[in-house]
Amino acid sequence: MSLYKSARWCCLLLSLVAPIAGYGFGESVNLGTPLTEAEIERVDITIFPNGHNLPVGRGSVTEGRQVYFERCALCHGDSGTEGPSHRLTGSVGLFSIWDPLRIKRIQEVNGLLVMSTGQQWPYATTIFDYVRRAMPHVNPKSLSNNQVYAITAYILYLNELVDESFTVDRTNLPSIEMPALKRFVRAK
Amino acid sequence: MKRLKTEYVAGGGLIDRRSLLAGGVSFLAATTIRPVVAAIEGDKTIAEDFPRWTKTLAGQGSPYGEPSRYEKSVVRKLLLPAAPENAGTSAWLTPIDQLQGIITPNGLHFGSYHYGVPEIDPNKHELLIHGLVDRPLKYTVEHLLRYPMVSSTRFLECSGNTAINAMSPFTGNETCQDLYGLVSCSEWVGVRVSDLLSEAGLTKKARWIIAEGADSGSHSRSIPVSKMLDDGIIALYQNGERLRAEQGFPMRLLLPGWEGNTNVKYLSRFEVTDRPAFTSHESGLYTEHLTSGHAEGFSFHMEVKSAIMHPSAGQLLNEKGFYEISGLAWSGRGKISGVDVSADNGVSWARAQLQGPVHDKALTRFSIPWRWDGESTILQSRAIDEEGRVQPTRKVWKQKYASPTFNHYNAIQAWQIDKDGSVSNVFV
Repeated sequence: MSLYKSARWCCLLLSLVAPIAGYGFGESVNLGTPLTEAEIERVDITIFPNGHNLPVGRGSVTEGRQVYFERCALCHGDSGTEGPSHRLTGSVGLFSIWDPLRIKRIQEVNGLLVMSTGQQWPYATTIFDYVRRAMPHVNPKSLSNNQVYAITAYILYLNELVDESFTVDRTNLPSIEMPALKRFVRAK
Repeated sequence: MKRLKTEYVAGGGLIDRRSLLAGGVSFLAATTIRPVVAAIEGDKTIAEDFPRWTKTLAGQGSPYGEPSRYEKSVVRKLLLPAAPENAGTSAWLTPIDQLQGIITPNGLHFGSYHYGVPEIDPNKHELLIHGLVDRPLKYTVEHLLRYPMVSSTRFLECSGNTAINAMSPFTGNETCQDLYGLVSCSEWVGVRVSDLLSEAGLTKKARWIIAEGADSGSHSRSIPVSKMLDDGIIALYQNGERLRAEQGFPMRLLLPGWEGNTNVKYLSRFEVTDRPAFTSHESGLYTEHLTSGHAEGFSFHMEVKSAIMHPSAGQLLNEKGFYEISGLAWSGRGKISGVDVSADNGVSWARAQLQGPVHDKALTRFSIPWRWDGESTILQSRAIDEEGRVQPTRKVWKQKYASPTFNHYNAIQAWQIDKDGSVSNVFV
């Protein structure tokens, strides 16, 4: 094969490879720094429906009631339905389409804030995930894992999904069945 | 000049653009020509014939230019009142009906916040990639700025845009800004997500990526890997300048055409997984209730939508005569292929002109010349995208979504023009 022909073949091959690689000749920029296990562990806070990533710890409904009234009730109300922040339990209209007083209830409250966690979230693990990362709203990430378990237990109790003697931990939380799961469908 | 007869393309005064260009629109006001002024006396200055600003030396300007003082009313509007119960929660509506073209100025881009607007020190911010990857990596902002950049002009829309029309059983005095202020469009420049994922090396089981931001709620959403690889961008620049804090400085995820909430601001972490996490937002606020009784989640696409911006609710037509109807259309599925306009309460429709270039998943400006006869009528626009999806009527939209679902409303908008020239929101 002549030099000219070889060069032409090289160009053809490169023109095929280059668009796949995005730039250069399959070369990466590679300015990332390897992450250590310890670095990952510090920020690895996402909890999955199967319980993956749930930390060691436990919390009871009784403990949860105490933490709730100290840290949560100001925004969510004594029963979890008064607001002004998102509703934690019950059908305050928005999310129970069978509620005959729905329209009246919607008119009385700020629609965006009428969220009933118990009525709408398909998995109980989300309660732990969200309370730990984002709550209390004005002082997030300030609760211990045990306190988060306890609040999770109390919210489940408010929704009549567990009884008053219940204690939540990493093994039983994923098995709690939320009423919203059977209604949940994925968009196409 | 040859005068052609005005050609109408549909009822209610919609005009064929070609007849307008040919000078055939005979209702244009005749221009008057000023008579030539006679000789000026030798000691007279020309000052009296010129306005004040042509006779004084002005200032030097400022380091960061600002809009004209005569445009002070063109500002965003806060959707939720600044009350204690709304702390950290806010939504700023773009004055979209007062803009032209397709690009939203950065200071007027809509914003929607669940955890306030953090001021992040870029020197203390990193993007971490871990989970189902061969090489877990972290990137500093400085390093990301050295990557090859891509540009995309794309719309961004809060899924709650036009929520009022979705929720309310009747219309009131809401303006176009109230109804359509949660959509904006920018030239976003940044690093392809796929470039970083190829460096980290996705394992065979990788299907989802949990994207997380560094705001006080550590906002997170589960995103299919396919979308990230398709056209996901880590946006660093918006309309030429670095992102503003309100748009996610120092970096945000941009997922073209997908609901605003998935475009995670203050992006700090990708966790690659084989399943979604069912984060709070994808479990609650960003699911839709269907008439079938189901709750629909992972409803990522913002569907084909449009609205006439001029004239629109809140505006006033001062007199009858010529106006250009102008509006915006967009689709999270691709390019806009056409927009039909009706000026006679939906009896007849005419195809509007699209202002090019038409970008993929971007706001697209449409226009059609119109002569208003001074009578009350209803204006509507109906967009079609390149996948052939047509904007539904409100009735059809309501057949799928149960009241009071307020997200993903994309029904045809109708504006009532009254005899006094006022424009208001109506259902037809």
